[in-house]
Order: sequence, then structure tokens, then C-alpha cells
Amino acid sequence: MVNIAEQPEGFEGQGFFATKLDSAIGLARSYSLWPLPFATSCCGIEFMATMGANYDLARFGSERLSFSPRQADLLMVMGTIAKKMGPVLKQVYDQMAEPKWVMSVGACACSGGIFDTYSVLQGIDTIIPVDVYVPGCPPRPEQIIDGLIKIQELVQNESLRRRNSDEYKKMLESYHIETL
Amino acid sequence: MSEIEVKSAVPMTPYVGMSNETIDGEIATLNLGPTHPATHGIFQNVMKVDGERIISSEPTIGYIHRAFEKLAERRPFNQITTITDRLNYCSSPINNLGWIMTVEKLIGAEMPKRVDYMRVIIMELARIADHLVCNTVIGVDTGALTGFTYMFQEREKIYEMYEEVCGARLTTNIGRIGGFERDFSPAFITKLKAWLKEFPAKFDEFDRLLTRNRIFMDRVIKAGPITAEKALGYGFTGPNLRAAGVDFDVRVMNPYCSYQDFEFDIPVGQDGDTYDRFIVRQEEIRQSLRIIHQALDNMPAGNYFADVPDFYLPPKAEVYSSMEALIYHFKIVMGETPIPAGEVYHSVEGANGELGFYLVSDGGRTPYRLHFRRPCFIYYQAYPEMVVGSMLSDAILTMSSMNVIAGELDA
Amino acid sequence: MAYLNNTELLAHLSQSLGEKILNQEDTFGMLCIEVNRNEIVDIISNLKSDENLKMQFLTDLCGIHYPDNKGKELGVVYHLHSLENNIRLRLKTFFSIEDPTCPTLTSVFDAANWMERETFDFYGIQFQGHPDLRRILNMDSMDYHPMRKEYALEDETRTDKSDKFFGR
Repeated sequence: MVNIAEQPEGFEGQGFFATKLDSAIGLARSYSLWPLPFATSCCGIEFMATMGANYDLARFGSERLSFSPRQADLLMVMGTIAKKMGPVLKQVYDQMAEPKWVMSVGACACSGGIFDTYSVLQGIDTIIPVDVYVPGCPPRPEQIIDGLIKIQELVQNESLRRRNSDEYKKMLESYHIETL
Repeated sequence: MSEIEVKSAVPMTPYVGMSNETIDGEIATLNLGPTHPATHGIFQNVMKVDGERIISSEPTIGYIHRAFEKLAERRPFNQITTITDRLNYCSSPINNLGWIMTVEKLIGAEMPKRVDYMRVIIMELARIADHLVCNTVIGVDTGALTGFTYMFQEREKIYEMYEEVCGARLTTNIGRIGGFERDFSPAFITKLKAWLKEFPAKFDEFDRLLTRNRIFMDRVIKAGPITAEKALGYGFTGPNLRAAGVDFDVRVMNPYCSYQDFEFDIPVGQDGDTYDRFIVRQEEIRQSLRIIHQALDNMPAGNYFADVPDFYLPPKAEVYSSMEALIYHFKIVMGETPIPAGEVYHSVEGANGELGFYLVSDGGRTPYRLHFRRPCFIYYQAYPEMVVGSMLSDAILTMSSMNVIAGELDA
Repeated sequence: MAYLNNTELLAHLSQSLGEKILNQEDTFGMLCIEVNRNEIVDIISNLKSDENLKMQFLTDLCGIHYPDNKGKELGVVYHLHSLENNIRLRLKTFFSIEDPTCPTLTSVFDAANWMERETFDFYGIQFQGHPDLRRILNMDSMDYHPMRKEYALEDETRTDKSDKFFGR
């Protein structure tokens, strides 16, 4: 039994289907998100289990992991980000091309986790904008997949003009991220 | 074009057509940066390469420094178990039980035999899980991804067994000061027996894929060798040291947790190169299976906890009816346990080597000083010496065969 | 199975070192002696080359800070292990925080290199003669040594956490 993706709203006729460009592109993008696994610690091992055969992440379109930011859509930050690692993360985020989404996996990436110490960044949303937070220490693979599904919903419903809008630019400025 | 003399302390890998003495060429600086698919963990290596040959390598670590030792000075003793989980997170039960045994040594508590045997089973399962990660990742780095996919299914089964005991998959927080929180359930024993029946055949299948595979052998033999003297000087322990030829295993030298009751061999290599490290880990998985069989077959009857009411939670029914149990429960949960003052060093054989805990207590509710002797941190110092003079691809394999786990490196 | 026990070890050490042992105790099966920092490198290298002891493995090197021991606040703790005789030894040396220096052990054991860097990073102990003494785990721009007891665990510079509900 094969599940086909849900058809967006549109007008159907004999041999054609008309819908909004946003929905069509959103549909295509959401089912082929190429993740960049920024795995630093324990959540990285749970990610390896998610990529394995039991909890297969590839069935959601994330078959090709890209370790190069230039070719990735989704930045999955998994694990603790120390202050020493912060600039590296920011640089990787800057190198990704729009449209890009960020998923923060694990308690450490969301808020610093159990490590309320002098050397740990208390949440990656202090340096980059985050779309979906997946809590857990480490989150089960099912939760990581749930996070990916939420990202897919975001992608499907995103307007094509969002990345050029003033609101988005203002948000990036608040993170001191330069926009071209 | 400058002439550079390549000095390397270990014999250089022989490659046809390349002279071993001097190389003239241009040197490029390569940043094997913190985020890199081949470095399984977050550490950086700035290498100077001449073509493919590495001239120098300078590692930088600390990208995931989470200040465990400072954090441990703030947490009561039973809450530190959750921090030790995150040291070598591929085999967290070994870290947990090592810490618990350190505290038990300090308070002078003797465990019943049943607890010891239960701990041995859990620790050996963790060792198998860690060695599976390391060996499959050596395969992945040479391009053989099949072993990874197959063996991670077996790791899922080990995770299911952990879930039966403690409820968590990866960061387990297994065990309590004084034993276990509950006895092994029949479901756990069933799963363990079923797994012990079918795992050897699947493991042999993985073995047949790589061990005598001509391409794999050509890649890994003589990659990143180290001599036994150098390894001992650098403080190597664990499979990396045993691959170099020294049979030092903490389970045999300073037996803890009734390991002296079990019969097992210590696999030892010869050259200390990547192939030896791979084979030593494969063989250690087999020896761990042997130990688990012995522990399961000879499991003594008895209690799953020791009689230390100051540290081990009383049964919940008693907490609601007896005053003493209520007070003990309150004190243990709030961390006000009467740990005596003193200092103790206890080490266990972790998956990467001798994992030591140096605990200095001043009688308070938290440790005064807790230092983790982390094997990864100590043997990673030798990495530049192991790779200078070899090719870049050998350097990647050496790094993954040393099983450097970033959590244990930086702590 | 140990080939030497702690009493024999202590007798051997008292014979060879005599006055240099300032303090000794048996802590849970491991002998622990305290020596002066000026003699520590000689003592350890003699222990390594001694025919009977053969303490050829450096298990661990770490620092410790006792702010209440005036004049002996900072300390370095060494754990040695003799693989052939299967016996372990702990050596400690203390010195004042006004003069946080200690000779390096890298000439005797290669493993001491990073261990001393970590001790410097955490406690600010300068190891004289170390080939490359700089911070290893913390950021290079950090200007204090975090494991000393006077510094807090949390980041002092953050402003977004309210201590109103959680006392620190």
C-alpha cells in the first residue's frame, strides 16, 4: 500500500490541475529536504540510529545527507554547542543558501540542557534563528522524525516571498546575520 | 620549491615510487575542521600536507567542553551518574557503573554477588555496542556502508534491552548506589537469550564482509601504526594499547565487580595499526559474548541491592508507613547522604581503555573534587605522531579506528 | 594479584626517599605520598627507572585547589602504575597560589603533555619546561582559570536568567 502525498488545494480538470505556485513548490521542497547533520554529541548517535534501517529517515525524502552547507536545506543541530563552537555554527549557517530551515535537536541545542556551565551556549537560538525545537535528552528517533514532519509542514505552508520580506530581514538583523 | 625533510617517529608507510627521505614540493594547509563528516566528533586538525602526504598535524579540542568536573562539584553523588552518561555516550552503562562503584568503594559497601553479575552483563553489552559503532565506522570510512546498516539493527536490540532495565536507550543512568533499581525482568532475560542466539551468526556475517576482504585489508594494514613502547609512554589503554601488543586489561589486573569469576581471553595485536585495532575489537566482542553467557548461566540468586539504607532508596510502600524509611527517602532524594570524607581512585575497563574516577570528598553532599581519567583525551595526544608521513586517507582511518568520542575527549 | 604490596612499597620508598616524603597515607588500597614540587620530577623518573618498581605508566595527572590551606592552596596529583608489579601509587605536591609553578613531567612521560595543559587551563598552574603550555579545553580568550573554587559554575555574564525563583 503506497501513500501518496496529499494534494494541495486547487482546481482539477480533465488532464490538468491548477494550484498556487507556493503550494506546488512547497510540496516539492518538503519531500526532498537535504539535511546537514551538525552532530556534536550524544544526540548525534541517536541521529545515526534514526538514519539506520529501523527508524529510516530516508523515507521522508532526507536520503542524501549533505555535509557541505552549500548543498543542504535543513540544518539539524544535534548536541551541545559550546561557546568555542558557536562561531563555527554561525559560519555554517551563513554558508547555507536560502531557503534554509534549522532544527534544534536535543535539550542542549534548545536551551543548554543540563549543562548550565560557563562553557556551554545556552541554546543555539542565541546565535541563529531556529524553526523547530525537538526536546529530549536524547530525543527518541520517533521524536526526531516528528520534528522533521513539523519542518515539512512549515515548508509546505511557506510563502515564496517570505525570505525577501522586511519582517524576515529584521529578524536576521537581530541575530547580526548579514543579508545580501 | 623548498626541500622539506619529513621526520616521523614511526616507520613510514611504504608506497611504491615515493622516496622516504626528502620530499620537495609545496605545502598546503588543510583544515580538517570541527565539522567534518569523517571526524566522528567535534575536534579540529590543522594539517600541513604535501600532495597527499601529511607533514604535520596539530589537533585542537575543546569544542564540546561541557565542564563536567566543575558541574560535578555542584551535584549530589547520585545525580552525578547522569553526567557520567555523557562521557563516552556510546557505552554509557560502563561510565555509570564505574562511578557507582567508585562511590561504593568510598563508603565501603559490599555488593551481593547477584548485583555484580547483573552489572557484568550490562557492562559487556555496552562494550559490544561501542565496539560495533567503532568497527562499522571504520568500514564506513573505507566506503563499506553495508556493515553499518546491518550492525545498527543489532544495536537497536541492545537498546531495547537497556530499556527493559532502566527505561532509556542511550544515556542510561543505569544502576543505583547500592545495586539496581529493580531486578532483571523476565522480559529482559527473554530478549537477552533470544539476542544471544541470533547475534553471533549476524556478527559473523559482518565479519566476513570486512576481515578478510582484500580491499579493506589493503586500506587498513599499516595505517597509523604505533609501537608498544610509544603507546605506553603516551598512556594508551584499552583496545588501542592491546593492538600494539601489551595485554593490559583493568578487568584482569585490578578485578572489580567479580570479573575474576569469569573466564575470558585478552586479544592482543602486533603492529598497532588500524587493522590490528579492528581485529582486536572484533575479538573483544566475541569475548564479551562469552562473558555474558557465563554470567547468565551462573547468575546467583539473591538480592539486587545491598543493605545500605543511607544511600539506597527504601521500597515505596515503606516510605508511606514507616518514619525511618520516610526520612531515608527524603535525605537520599535531597542529596543529603552521609558520604565520608576521603579520597579514592577507582578505574574500570571502558570500551576505550582505563576509565578512572579520582574522587576527593570532604564529607559534604557534593564531591570536593572529581576528576575523570578519560582514555580518549590521553591517547589522542599521540595522533600527530601516528599520522605524520602517511597519506591523508590513512589519517582518516587512524582517527576513526582510535575510536575518539568527543564527549570523552573534552568532558 | 599484586606482586608488591603497599607495605613493601612504602618501605622501599622510605629507604630511597627518606626525608623527602612529607606525608603518607593508605587510601582505600592505594598508597599516597606527598613530596615537594622541586623533587617531583626526579622522584618520578627514579620510580620509572627503578629495577624493582618499574612504575612505567602514568595513569593520571590533575590539579586540585584547597583555598583554606594557606601557603599550600594549589596542588598537583599524579597517579602512577607499575604494570609488571601491578601496584599503583599516588603522589601529591602542594604549593602556594602566589607562586603557581611546578616542573613539567613531559621529559619523563609523553602522556603528561596534554594532562598538564588541562591542569594549566583549569587551575593556572604553570609547568616550567613544558613545550607548549596553552589552554586546551577552554577558549583561548578566557582570562580566568575556571576550576578554582572562587569562580562560579555558571556563566557570570549572562543577563537573561532570573535568580528570583532558583537560588544559586
